[in-house]
Amino acid sequence: MAAEPGLAPPPAFRLPRWAAPAAFTLVLVLAYLLLRGSGTLPHDDDAPQFTAITELREWVDAHKNDSPLFLYFVNYVRLFIGGLFALLQTSLHGLGWPGLIGVMGALGWLAGGWRTGLLAMASLAACGVLGVWTLTVDTLALVGASVLLSLAIGLPLGVWAGRSPRLRRALGPVLDFMQIMPTFAYLAPMVLFFQIGAPAGVAATMIYSIPPAIRITALAIEQVSPTAVEASASLGATPRQTLTKVYLPLARSTMGLAINQTIMMALSMVVIANLINSPGLGSDIIKGLSRENVGLMLPAGLAIVLIGIALDRTTMAASRQRFRPSRVPYAVAAGLAGAGLTFVLPAEWPWVLRTAQPVNEAVRWAERSWFEVTDAIKEAVSLFLLNPLEGVLTSAPWWLVALALLALAWRIGGVRPAVTVAVCVAAIVLLALWEHSMVTLAMVIVAVAATLAIGVSLGILGARSARFSAFQRPLLDAAQTLPAFVYLLPALALFGATRFTAIFASVIYAVPPVVRLVEEGIRNVPPTVVEAALSAGSTPRQMLWKVQLPMARKAILLAANQGIVMTLAMVVLGALVGGGALGYDVVSGFSQRTDFGMGFAAGVAIVLLGIMLDRITQGADRRPPPLRRKSL
Amino acid sequence: MRIGPESAGIEVKGLWKIFGPKAERVLTSDDRLLEPAALRERTGCTAAVRDVSFEVRPGEVFVVMGLSGSGKSTLVRCLTRLIEPTAGEIAIGGDDVLRATPAGLRELRRHRVSMVFQHFGLLPHRRVIDNVAYGLEVQGVAKAARHARAREILTLVGLDGHAGSYPDQLSGGMQQRVGLARALAVEPQVMLFDEPFSALDPLIRRDMQAEIIRLHREVGKTMVFITHDLAEALKLGERIAIMRDGSIVQLGTPEELVGAPADDYVADFVRDVPRSDVLSLRWICREPDEHDSMEGPPLPASTLIKDAVQVATATALPIRVTDGERLVGVVDRVDILAAMAPRQPVTA
Ligand SMILES: Nc1ncnc2c1ncn2[C@@H]1O[C@H](COP(=O)(O)OP(=O)(O)OP(=O)(O)O)[C@@H](O)[C@H]1O
Ligand SMILES: [Mg+2]
Repeated sequence: MAAEPGLAPPPAFRLPRWAAPAAFTLVLVLAYLLLRGSGTLPHDDDAPQFTAITELREWVDAHKNDSPLFLYFVNYVRLFIGGLFALLQTSLHGLGWPGLIGVMGALGWLAGGWRTGLLAMASLAACGVLGVWTLTVDTLALVGASVLLSLAIGLPLGVWAGRSPRLRRALGPVLDFMQIMPTFAYLAPMVLFFQIGAPAGVAATMIYSIPPAIRITALAIEQVSPTAVEASASLGATPRQTLTKVYLPLARSTMGLAINQTIMMALSMVVIANLINSPGLGSDIIKGLSRENVGLMLPAGLAIVLIGIALDRTTMAASRQRFRPSRVPYAVAAGLAGAGLTFVLPAEWPWVLRTAQPVNEAVRWAERSWFEVTDAIKEAVSLFLLNPLEGVLTSAPWWLVALALLALAWRIGGVRPAVTVAVCVAAIVLLALWEHSMVTLAMVIVAVAATLAIGVSLGILGARSARFSAFQRPLLDAAQTLPAFVYLLPALALFGATRFTAIFASVIYAVPPVVRLVEEGIRNVPPTVVEAALSAGSTPRQMLWKVQLPMARKAILLAANQGIVMTLAMVVLGALVGGGALGYDVVSGFSQRTDFGMGFAAGVAIVLLGIMLDRITQGADRRPPPLRRKSL
Repeated sequence: MRIGPESAGIEVKGLWKIFGPKAERVLTSDDRLLEPAALRERTGCTAAVRDVSFEVRPGEVFVVMGLSGSGKSTLVRCLTRLIEPTAGEIAIGGDDVLRATPAGLRELRRHRVSMVFQHFGLLPHRRVIDNVAYGLEVQGVAKAARHARAREILTLVGLDGHAGSYPDQLSGGMQQRVGLARALAVEPQVMLFDEPFSALDPLIRRDMQAEIIRLHREVGKTMVFITHDLAEALKLGERIAIMRDGSIVQLGTPEELVGAPADDYVADFVRDVPRSDVLSLRWICREPDEHDSMEGPPLPASTLIKDAVQVATATALPIRVTDGERLVGVVDRVDILAAMAPRQPVTA
């Protein structure tokens, strides 16, 4: 066809869409090559910022007993929390092992029937067999105290938030923020207020586990059928009657989920709480991690998983079923019978399976016989990914990296994420933790890349093959109930204490939710759309690339976001097994008084990194795909 | 229909409900006279009920009709202040509702007015009997007494033997019977129905309508019934109010609405109603002229047209339409046929 007259001639030259970013990248690369080595911010253990924080702690410690804030408030809180913990600890120990097993069994039976009861009893008994009974009871007391406090604050607040949109709006960002905070971040401030020990551990665990209590309760209340509420009001029920007779019963099963999640969060936090000298299973785990002694940490790790299973099943069953009051007397009887047996049976757990020796031998054998493979993987990743990336990030001028991050945030998310990133970067620089943050960032980037590559592939496979999905589902379910540090165990056994260990652990930790989100996202593509594409003659591959993946974009971005947040948390935890950088700073901040300042600052830097990465990926979600094409 | 001894009338005067942040300000300014769309544009507020006044006699079945979004639900909820009205006066049984204290309002809701909802609003965690007894429970009635009462009411609504079921084990129709029983159990003077049957399928809906008519005959309560189904309105309503954009555009008996629609909106509503089912001879009779024989059979003016057919087929003479002794007019076969023909001639 001939060109129609009257139409403006097409612009003679138009830059392709990728030109500007490509040019910018090129400029960055050139700048890096020219300026490498200048403008870096090398790490200094004795930076004035750190000493200032350390001195602040000394000052707080010195004035604990004369400042009115401490005298009339903080110290009382500390006493109260400590008292609650001590009460639980003594009464659980006082029950004796037969009593505790009896009570847990009775609770399980009450909640879900004899299967759940037996499971609970068996799990606890297994903890005894593993030789960690005393530590298990301490952990139970710690979890119990923090969960009680979490629920005492979280449930009422959640109910209130469920009924007041204004409060919900106010709490939303705070809870979002709390959820991207890695476990570590809560420790230092708690230490500042409550000193090292159980109260600080309980407080940190409580704060860490409170978001689901509030959020899920609010959701549960919000979901209560408004007609039921209106019907109740129309019959003249007082607000209190409507609360107790309509809202709470209707929200009950979802609130059960809130309790369940709170407990699981608390369980994953108690181990970390051991870093600040709270008693419990975590002490064995942390000792084992730092000494590369898998045999020492395995029983404790298993015990936590077992407790987790018992508590998870019991609470889930309780939230699913109608409560049967007729069973209460029997349950009480069973509990009492168990407690009665305490006087007959030996006070100490009688029979322990010693596993440390054989486990350590097995680990050594595995290390030796798989050394070639594991070492090759480790070396390859370090050599080709980790080292170059880390090298670039730490040897480039800091402002160049900052500029790149800013540009990325602006490009992906727009102005607001860019501003957030700018603030975070500035704060990290001011905290004198630039270099360590960059090392951690390099690890996170590598881990996230691996997580996404694996997670998205598995997700796609799961979405396309029902059989594969059925196969991986129980694995994913199980993986999601395990506390984070459990993943360090196999990583440590396979790779020893290196940076790579942390990365490996964080990949297996973060993959399950990514798989799940991606699979769900693809499955949720409306069947009519799929049908339409099929009837247009798409091949399965075209279907995937042209229909399913684009439509699942939101879910995939969410998966990326989740993956990043989880990876960051885990990479930091990996400091315990040689991860180095920020995580290591945090850990040494708790073990050495003089390093407290650095540890505290590192905790803050981790949070800043988290916020930064979270905002960048969330920005991608909010903004529509860049379709606008500007002609130049 | 009999008027129950315990019935109360309702008086509503100048009732307004404006949703939105600046409700009071809209009410006092001229903005309140704006069209709904313009009002929302200018102020962000929605006037769901505008200056509505009506009266319901004790024992009457009063139906409110209108398209979706015309403000029916809002209106009926304002009556017991489930939605707080912006302005106006409401009296139930002579008592001022808007000036009632919270305790007084609860008293009103507990003992005098009860409501049946479109989506039932049953409590899924309670057995049927405890759902029915809920109103008595919040009043503080002892368990034995309230269960006895609930059982009586379950019998009344035909749900004997389902007392121990949970709501999700019942069909939609049965669930609404439970909703009805719950409202009846507190022995209210006034019952409010917000589209109670629109979630039910047509056959069950017909059953339930019959049920309401029967109940009204037996217990004689004042009823305010919201619906958007004209057939339902005509079947149940002694008087019908038609709402549009928050105002009542016409209020009258079914006959008045069909015979003399106030505007096109109402006319549109009633277009498909078979006139012979609703209108009486009064609406179609004419002055007798000199050709008409006065020997034809007499029929009362309130006879429905369709009921006159049989008489008309039996005689060729015009029927004399009488009001008591007085002659109102005459109708012949042609008049009756014309009234029964569809309103709009079918154009080929
Ligand atoms: N809580 C509210 N906040 C703001 N606007 C509301 C609220 N409730 C109702 N409205 C508005 O008031 C108007 C009337 O709503 P209403 O529910 O009374 O209509 P309706 O006649 O019952 O309709 P339907 O037949 O669909 O039930 C609608 O425009 C609606 O959007
Ligand atoms: Mg409505």
